[in-house]
Amino acid sequence: MPELIVTKDIDAPGLDTLDGYRQHGGYEALTRAIKEYQPDELVELVKKSGLRGRGGAGFPTGMKWSFLAKNDKTRYLCCNADESEPGTFKDRMIMEKSPHQLVEGAIIASYACNVSTAFLYVRGELALAGRQVERAIEEAYAAGYIGKNILGSDFSLDVILHRGAGAYICGEESALMESLEGRRGYPRLKPPFPAVIGLYGGPTVINNCETLATLPAVIRNGAEWYASFGTEKSTGTRIFCLSGHVKKPGNYELPLGTPIRTLIYDEQYGGGILDDKQLKAIIPGGSSTFILGADKVDTPLDFESIAAAGSMLGSGGVVVMHEDTCIVDAVLRMSEFYRDESCGKCTPCREGTYWLTEILHRIEHGDGKESDIDLLMDICDNISGKSFCPLGDAATSSITSSIKLFREEYLYHVREGRCMVSGGAALVAS
Amino acid sequence: MISEQAKQRMRDLAARYPVARSAIMPALYIAQQEEGYITQVALQAVAEAIGLTVDDVESVATFYTMYYQHPPGKKVIKVCTSISCYLRGCDALVSHFEKRLGIKPGETSADGNYTFMTTECLASCGTAPVMQVNDEFVENITLKIVDALVDEWNDELGKVSDTNAPDSLKSDGQGRNIKDVEPKTEIRL
Repeated sequence: MPELIVTKDIDAPGLDTLDGYRQHGGYEALTRAIKEYQPDELVELVKKSGLRGRGGAGFPTGMKWSFLAKNDKTRYLCCNADESEPGTFKDRMIMEKSPHQLVEGAIIASYACNVSTAFLYVRGELALAGRQVERAIEEAYAAGYIGKNILGSDFSLDVILHRGAGAYICGEESALMESLEGRRGYPRLKPPFPAVIGLYGGPTVINNCETLATLPAVIRNGAEWYASFGTEKSTGTRIFCLSGHVKKPGNYELPLGTPIRTLIYDEQYGGGILDDKQLKAIIPGGSSTFILGADKVDTPLDFESIAAAGSMLGSGGVVVMHEDTCIVDAVLRMSEFYRDESCGKCTPCREGTYWLTEILHRIEHGDGKESDIDLLMDICDNISGKSFCPLGDAATSSITSSIKLFREEYLYHVREGRCMVSGGAALVAS
Repeated sequence: MISEQAKQRMRDLAARYPVARSAIMPALYIAQQEEGYITQVALQAVAEAIGLTVDDVESVATFYTMYYQHPPGKKVIKVCTSISCYLRGCDALVSHFEKRLGIKPGETSADGNYTFMTTECLASCGTAPVMQVNDEFVENITLKIVDALVDEWNDELGKVSDTNAPDSLKSDGQGRNIKDVEPKTEIRL
């Protein structure tokens, strides 16, 4: 098994307590960061490590920090732990099992970015994760890792846990800030970007939970060490959330650049396709990313290779579909998600996701026309890039890619009024 | 009724954030805990504690699905129906719940015991299919687990008979009651 970084001690008993976390080197990185580095030096270190955001976009973390506007306004840090991308379940694991790791990462990032108030935005549905993070924050306050003059330095920090309340859109960074400010989670137009005008109008850095939880290991072991894992441009490891038709679904931390095949078939990870059936399709980075065909199974899981194969590494949620999956029904299911979660602010997304779902529904249920397939493509084109945030775009990914890969299956539905495969939903957990 | 203690917690929250209105969401949770759902009294208390109008608070409360606009049942069951759970057969669980509880997704049973919902991805795709019961996860669910749980809840909530359940669902075919059968997976409730 390759060396693990973020999940190295994840199953250690008591890791969720301050003492347990400290027994595994917890808060050593924070101590070193504060005693041995100036904030700017930390930004450089993280830049050198090559660490990229683990939320979805994969933006280099150190660079994001360096973009913070240099003015006299109060700066803020927001941790995006509003994990809700279908197929993704890593942040929940980190928060439930190793909440101090996230808290330590958030403190380090706050120090590096000269932030004095940090918010941890935890998805509302994740009640246990919220309780764990809340307790970790309290313990960190009591131990002097949060509060005034942390570890005897001039650095002071306040950390506030903020629970979401059921809205996928709040994982979008500008909607997250709106929500934190006590409003409906409607995305803001960009620019200005949060690094310039963010929370309460101040320069704001927003990092994903896994990104922050990776920082302690980067500080402890150095930028070069971290960059020695993965590929040149996609350094380090990341947690891949494997789900769907595999024998052993779960979270597996692997160096970036590991082939999809290893994740799905290796006995240490997915252990192969359920019932040893044939692989049909892979969603490589959560339901917002383009579907890849089985021929792409040897693609390395790094940002560049997945992009070259025609998709995105996204949130690391790898969803596997085998030969019995009705692709139209699966895509309909994903489309319903975006229809339900569209915040309703922008017309193309609000109306478009509704119509995409309606049309997919009639194709799936044998009432479709051949022209519906092109109509779907046309609506996708009319949504993409035409709204404030990427939710509408995300709704089109599975549709356009599945029509390109499986057009015949759509046509069969239209012509025969039924599916050419037995249907994934037939799998019943009895 | 919102207790004075709850109102004080709301005011403390308003002071804790850099801007008071940021306390709307946590204050709504407190109000919901007291009232069971977002009542007019709840909205009023939040508005007063934070210094906003009731309409303003309501505009926020209605955006987020976890603030209930109607009284929920004693057991709020949310079954995930997103892609990973779909691939693992969640639709069969939804139909089975409908039969056992006698209600459709989005409905609350007449006796006020159950609210049944389907929900979007719960971030537990590795243990699909999953559901939440009163916000706590139940993972790797099977039809047997559904039966065992519904029986258990009916006992707990004092429901005499399960009129909607066909006899075939009440037994595992070996003369044992389903609730005596050990579920294979850990149930965290």
